[in-house]
Amino acid sequence: MASIADEPGKASAARERYWGSAANQRNIRRRHWADRRLQLYGIAAIGIAIVLLGVLVVSLVATGHTAFVQTEIRFEVTVAESDIDVADPFKGNYRKVVRDGFARLVDRELSRPEEKALFEMLSAGAQYILRDHVVDDPDLIGRTFEVALPLADPMDQFHKGEIPRDIPQEQRRVSDLQIQFYDQFLAEGRIAAPFNWGLFFNADSRFPELAGLAGALVGSFYALLICFLISFPVGIAAAIYLEEFAPKNRWSDLIEININNLAAVPSVVFGLLGLAVFIQFFGLPRSAPLVGGMVLSLMTLPTIIIATRAALKAVPPSIRQAALGIGASKHQVVMHHVLPLAMPGILTGTIIGLAQALGETAPLLLIGMNAFITSVPGGITEAATALPTQIFIWADSPERGFVARTSAAILVLIGFLVLMNAIAVFLRQRFERRW
Amino acid sequence: MEGLASAGQMAAMQAAAPDRPKIVARDINVYYGEKQALQHVDLDVIAHSVTALIGPSGCGKSTFLRCLNRMNDVIEGCRVVGDIRMDGQDIYDPKLDVVQLRARVGMVFQKPNPFPKSIYDNVAYGPRIHGLTRGKAEADAVVEGSLRRAGLWEEVKDRLSEAGTGLSGGQQQRLCIARAIAVSPEVILMDEPCSALDPIATARIEELIDELRANYTIVIVTHSMQQAARVSQKTAFFHLGILVETGDTEQIFTNPRDERTQGYITGRFG
Repeated sequence: MASIADEPGKASAARERYWGSAANQRNIRRRHWADRRLQLYGIAAIGIAIVLLGVLVVSLVATGHTAFVQTEIRFEVTVAESDIDVADPFKGNYRKVVRDGFARLVDRELSRPEEKALFEMLSAGAQYILRDHVVDDPDLIGRTFEVALPLADPMDQFHKGEIPRDIPQEQRRVSDLQIQFYDQFLAEGRIAAPFNWGLFFNADSRFPELAGLAGALVGSFYALLICFLISFPVGIAAAIYLEEFAPKNRWSDLIEININNLAAVPSVVFGLLGLAVFIQFFGLPRSAPLVGGMVLSLMTLPTIIIATRAALKAVPPSIRQAALGIGASKHQVVMHHVLPLAMPGILTGTIIGLAQALGETAPLLLIGMNAFITSVPGGITEAATALPTQIFIWADSPERGFVARTSAAILVLIGFLVLMNAIAVFLRQRFERRW
Repeated sequence: MEGLASAGQMAAMQAAAPDRPKIVARDINVYYGEKQALQHVDLDVIAHSVTALIGPSGCGKSTFLRCLNRMNDVIEGCRVVGDIRMDGQDIYDPKLDVVQLRARVGMVFQKPNPFPKSIYDNVAYGPRIHGLTRGKAEADAVVEGSLRRAGLWEEVKDRLSEAGTGLSGGQQQRLCIARAIAVSPEVILMDEPCSALDPIATARIEELIDELRANYTIVIVTHSMQQAARVSQKTAFFHLGILVETGDTEQIFTNPRDERTQGYITGRFG
């Protein structure tokens, strides 16, 4: 190429020749390729992430979708006053009522083993379900009415197609006779598989067809509530002090390093701390959402402090200067101007911290929230499980019904996490517009 | 704790000495860490006048301005040495309430910075936190009065509940001036208030400064010599942290005593 020292005309002519030359065309093509490659890398990365996520969700849905329906059978029962005492309906012989009604479905006389096979088809908890029905509505005593009761887990799985017909009877959990009865009831239109509300409203049970997440949902809710009530005010106050009021010296540096480290401590350590200090030293009840919430708040506190400090730092200094300029005190600047503007960031960080706490399993296991509890906790000091620990318990159970329910529970947990993060994103967008 | 001098006393003092200095600064030295930004500055700010601080970038004029309402206190590592007295009171006295000082000495910044609240709340906030208004009626009166004196009332009276940040640049700056006026200051400090505005908005604000002179003492930092010549009665020329020359605006711009001043106003440097 001509140098600048040459006559100006020659230099610009040489420049124009360069722009059209083959060497420059190659340059341009290389540059376009580099742009496209960068885009492709990005798309590939996102694609891999989506594929992995898709595999996770698809496998969960494949194993768990059957848990969202529960097979039931409709038949008539007669609640005779001879079996149920009107004065105390709770203590009646519902087992007999259910079995009598169920046996009437089969026209012929049954031998003892045949009867046993028939009654094993029905859930062992069916009598308790009928009992609760009657206790709620004592007018039913003395009447004959139709009721829909769940089938036991082996029949439930058979109806859902998990147990094949064509393998030998010894390898199956349902016998040929039971399949005969099933076919008869199916032809009569008595068998249905409606949505399994029990998954959400029943407490845990040793029978998979009756087991539900109600206890775990309430336990998680209480634990998260305690966690929020402790970590939100303490975290924000600590962050405001550290960011706005603390003198910048070696002590505050030390504190900042320690808080950042706390956020990186493995969660199981907090569980050990909770066990040693809260349960053994302070004597708080084991497996209680109160202790679970306290342990979770220890883990959420550093997250909230870090998020709040970042939100406070992001408020532009011009706002602080304007407020100081008209004679607001430091305290007024922070409370009237900086904190309201930082609130969207603080809320987002809090919700993300709570979503993390929802999924924490290790610390809750150590303080005992993996006990087998068959009732919904009534308060924060009663023994309870939480959603992730309930998944842990069910994953250990061998019944086929629990395999499906474990996947279903994981889907419920993921659903809540997605919901909480969506709320965080929505709040952040809504507040950003107003500012 | 020293408080506001009573209005009656101040009025009497003003009547007695028309050319009385409102602020007296003696031997001001300002350090940012090890670096010295201002050296031995002596300056008198006359009451009810507009004093312009001019000089090239980095000469220390904004630093000096911030000394007058102690905004340098919030800057890390900034140290102010010297004596500044307003109406005879030492404003760096440890017993003085700096928050109240900043209500008496208001500030308008280079880039308009209204609060992200409504126009009404922007103006009403200051009087509310200082307890100058009680109840909505008094607050309404103060808001209207301040906006009128800032020349903004007619344009915003129908939209007081809209966000202050939704106004144009010039309107925002006038809102900031109204906000500063609302707390009834005695002195208004302006740090290059028009540098972010277009010429028409600038002209309106310069008119406003002239009107405000009747009720307030104004100190304005400006890098535009034409603005200083138009707006001020006294001018102080800073250069490299030293106050080179100070005097009547007309004298500075037509017959400067120091050759550095001559060099700056003729555009040879800065």
